[in-house]
Amino acid sequence: MALQAIAFYLLAFTTIAAGLLVVSARNPVHSVLFLITAFFSAAGLFVLLGAEFLAMLLIVVYVGAVAVLFLFVVMMLDVDFAELRQGFAQYLPIGGLVGGVLTLEMVFVAATVATNGAASKNPLPNASPGGAPNTEAIGRVLYTDYIFFFQLAGLVLLVAMIGAIVLTLRHKPGVKRQDIGKQIARTPKTGMELVQIKPGEGISE
Amino acid sequence: MIGLPHYLVVAAMLFTIGVFGIFVNRKNIIVILMSIELILLAVNINLVAFSAYLHDVAGQIFAMFVLTVAAAEAAVGLAILVTFFRNRGDIAVDDASMMKG
Repeated sequence: MALQAIAFYLLAFTTIAAGLLVVSARNPVHSVLFLITAFFSAAGLFVLLGAEFLAMLLIVVYVGAVAVLFLFVVMMLDVDFAELRQGFAQYLPIGGLVGGVLTLEMVFVAATVATNGAASKNPLPNASPGGAPNTEAIGRVLYTDYIFFFQLAGLVLLVAMIGAIVLTLRHKPGVKRQDIGKQIARTPKTGMELVQIKPGEGISE
Repeated sequence: MIGLPHYLVVAAMLFTIGVFGIFVNRKNIIVILMSIELILLAVNINLVAFSAYLHDVAGQIFAMFVLTVAAAEAAVGLAILVTFFRNRGDIAVDDASMMKG
């Protein structure tokens, strides 16, 4: 139990510190690397809760796909990031005020919910009720009760993929491509020319 | 003894850091997108913590859907960012008023 508490505080501290560094780092590449740290330690928190499937998903999807995508874009864009930091100090007081108030409110709500809500009856976490392993427990619910939502999630990903391609695809001018409309609109009249040839002269163009 | 409130407080702090990041980095849209990812991560921690302490798997299913939407959002957001950079040559969003909305 003590070991679990040490692990929790270590992971929680790493998550929060990495989150703070994400928003305050001067270099966006560092921001992305701290974001990856935050995701990793949050995955550790999930493992502590017993939700190991979600932890693996977090690492695969966030670190493997989203964070690498961020890294690509940050390195691809040639931007003067020092200029973009103007106004950081200007918005610091109001941002800190709003953040402090927000944290206080949410901590009060969380304390109330955790001590009086339905979850207060269960002192120990159990991410896979019914005795089955976590992944099996998720699969049993996901592919039965939530099958339509599961397919809808696939649709969301498809739309996002098509959207990203449509937004970033650029047609270079001067490259020959098949134009199907032009091909279908072609008639024998426009595609063919009859030439009367006089004997012994041939065709000169 | 680590209970539900511990996880909720971590999630609350992470959420606030995300909101704070949007406040202080108003020009840098890359950091704004990363702050949104932090906010969604905080939501996921909340969902998984409640799922574990209520002994109900549904919270983890919801966390999965949040993960899906976050991935889609990041892809489309970064695509818009790349297009914006191509059209304007910088990514300062505080004076992005091309659409005259």
